[in-house]
Amino acid sequence: MILNGWLQIAIILATVLLAAVPLGAFMAKVYAGKRTLLSPVLGPVERGFYALAGVDPAREQGWRAYAFAMLLFNAAGFVLLYAILRLQGFLPFNPQSFGALSPDLAFNTAVSFVTNTNWQSYAGETTMSHLSQMAGLTVQNFLSAATGLALAMALVRGFARSKAGTVGNFWVDMTRSTLYLLLPLSFVTAILLVALGMPQTMLASVDATTLEGAKQTVALGPVASQIAIKQLGTNGGGFFNVNAAHPFENPTALTNFVQIWQMLVISVAIVFTFGRLIGDSRQARALVWVMGILLVAGIAITYAAEAAGTPMLHQAGINPADGNMEGKEVRFGLALSALWAAVTTGLSCGAVNAMHASFTPIGGLIPMFLMQLGEILPGGVGSGLYGILVMAIIAVFVGGLMVGRTPEYLGKKIEAKEVKMAMLAVLILPTAILGFSAVAAVLPQGLAGLLNAGPHGLSEILYAYSSATGNNGSAFAGLTANSPWYNTTLGLAMLLGRFAYIVPMLAIAGSLAAKTKLESSTGTFPTHGPLFIGLLIGVILILGGLQFFPALALGPIAEQVMMLTGKTF
Amino acid sequence: MSYLRPALVLLLLFTALTGLAYPFAVTGIGQALFPAQANGSLIEKNGNVVGSDLIGQTFTSDRYLWPRPSATSAADPNDPSKTVDAPYNAAASTGSNLGPTSQKLADRLTASSDAWRKAGLAQPIPGDAITTSGSGLDPHISPAFAKAQVARIASVRNMSEAQVRQVIETATEGRTFGLLGEPRVNVLRVNQALDKLGS
Repeated sequence: MILNGWLQIAIILATVLLAAVPLGAFMAKVYAGKRTLLSPVLGPVERGFYALAGVDPAREQGWRAYAFAMLLFNAAGFVLLYAILRLQGFLPFNPQSFGALSPDLAFNTAVSFVTNTNWQSYAGETTMSHLSQMAGLTVQNFLSAATGLALAMALVRGFARSKAGTVGNFWVDMTRSTLYLLLPLSFVTAILLVALGMPQTMLASVDATTLEGAKQTVALGPVASQIAIKQLGTNGGGFFNVNAAHPFENPTALTNFVQIWQMLVISVAIVFTFGRLIGDSRQARALVWVMGILLVAGIAITYAAEAAGTPMLHQAGINPADGNMEGKEVRFGLALSALWAAVTTGLSCGAVNAMHASFTPIGGLIPMFLMQLGEILPGGVGSGLYGILVMAIIAVFVGGLMVGRTPEYLGKKIEAKEVKMAMLAVLILPTAILGFSAVAAVLPQGLAGLLNAGPHGLSEILYAYSSATGNNGSAFAGLTANSPWYNTTLGLAMLLGRFAYIVPMLAIAGSLAAKTKLESSTGTFPTHGPLFIGLLIGVILILGGLQFFPALALGPIAEQVMMLTGKTF
Repeated sequence: MSYLRPALVLLLLFTALTGLAYPFAVTGIGQALFPAQANGSLIEKNGNVVGSDLIGQTFTSDRYLWPRPSATSAADPNDPSKTVDAPYNAAASTGSNLGPTSQKLADRLTASSDAWRKAGLAQPIPGDAITTSGSGLDPHISPAFAKAQVARIASVRNMSEAQVRQVIETATEGRTFGLLGEPRVNVLRVNQALDKLGS
């Protein structure tokens, strides 16, 4: 059983790596504006879009202009999505005649999709019209992912260029991400997912009469088109309430395979793109090693914890070999549920194929911890790369302090400004996660949403704010988050986690671009070998671990101890 | 102004492209090439829809193979502000979301486990038999759970156990390519095949 499980995990991860290398090379061409296989078809579309929008693709922007364009575009996307959700009742393609979302739910959902979080305070099949799903949510699935990719490119250019005043053109990077990468991949894989069993229809539901004579209403809709980009863009907002645990959203082991591949492939590929653009693929491989080592460790711990089951299940007389199947689907079993849980939180995807709330305490701790580490293993599309580069800047700074040398990374001197900005960015995580959790844990409005009592209740809160701040979107879904308190505060946490991180990150990009790129000498601390891999892993774990350990000790760790003593709540 | 125009124009263009053209194109192609899947893998009997191959259903009669417990609910017909248990409500998917130290979960497991023992079914209990699935709509059960129900179905239907086992076997899927996923039995397919045998 365990051997087969690990074989499944290994094959899926190997398939991702195999595809990520050529895809990374393709992306390097796309962002450099070179001709690719798709140019004959998409080139005219791209140029047409620029002409209509009044964009001169040759004119680049400094980091401030780039940041302003990005913020304005995201603000416009928010307003449009909020309007669609509030006006849902008056708009077409609403076969179930769903009414408007409440103001706080529409705010939360619009923020959620614009920030690439895709937290679901709503249940898709009982809230959203087809138009909201397609022209509202699906659009932001594309554009928030494209925004992440564009931002990563800006930072990569900061490292690649020497004495440059610009970091690229936001409109161009965003347009190319969508047209050449996200749209073609989504289109092809959406058709594949339909072939493998996923519905794609404009009908809302079908009524069935069961063999026992009961009536069953089966919710349907344009599922495949949304799921393809939901996975590829590491968005994670499901068509249905239970996301990819729903048999229509993830019908077979094969669709499960395709979807794990989809959510990983771009985030890994862009690291190889980075390697090409800075002209040193060893640096990219080192980062992939860091991501891989920590992610595989996360998968292993989750898998082991779920396979071990819980005392409660054993007491009920369940076969100990079957582990913990509460909240899991038979077609996925333990290995694929554990793999998905670690991948979706190591990424900032947040789609789930099993209910994390019903995981064992340690099995649930890992997804929470992976989110708290900053969504860099390998992180969301684009956001994972700029996240781990910010951590690398901190790592070389720490390394430089230890040996008393001026820190350097990829030929750029890392000075006070970069380190300050990097710290400003990463400090958003503990501030928002721990701050909001602490308040929610004492306010009646926060406690009102809990399903489980005891330490698991605290875990529900902690998980929610970790997920929102990390722009992940998965949940310990016992929490009733559709209340003015949670909708508002989780929305704020998402905004902080996204934009309060991005702006200092872009400042780093601008500052690095302006510096001279130094040739490496014998005095340079190499950042592609095992020593740096170890250093970066250490910095990620210590920074993440120390900040969140006390909170985790009160939640999942306390629950583990109490569970073993047979305590229930 | 130089920022506002690209922001608004590109947002509208991409809304048209990714929010309308893309999903409609996938719908058109999906419906043309894979109509069965695109419409929900529905199963029909004498022209009436009896369910979907992918969506679980509740079965309570001793004549039928039983699915896993389900945590889905529906609005209470007497008081719409409350919900009542409604297993396999395919219009509103949900899991139990109960954690490993939940007393509610412990009570539910004890009740199911007592019922299992009373029915004289084989020990140990298969992992999926008394736990709820993530979706509440799991169409499958494990082969072990199916096996435990063979004797009951055979006796109610006056069939031999070998016949029932044969039916279950044809509705059992192995791992894809012998590797991916877990072996599973499609409950609705078994029950439809049992009815077809006519006993």
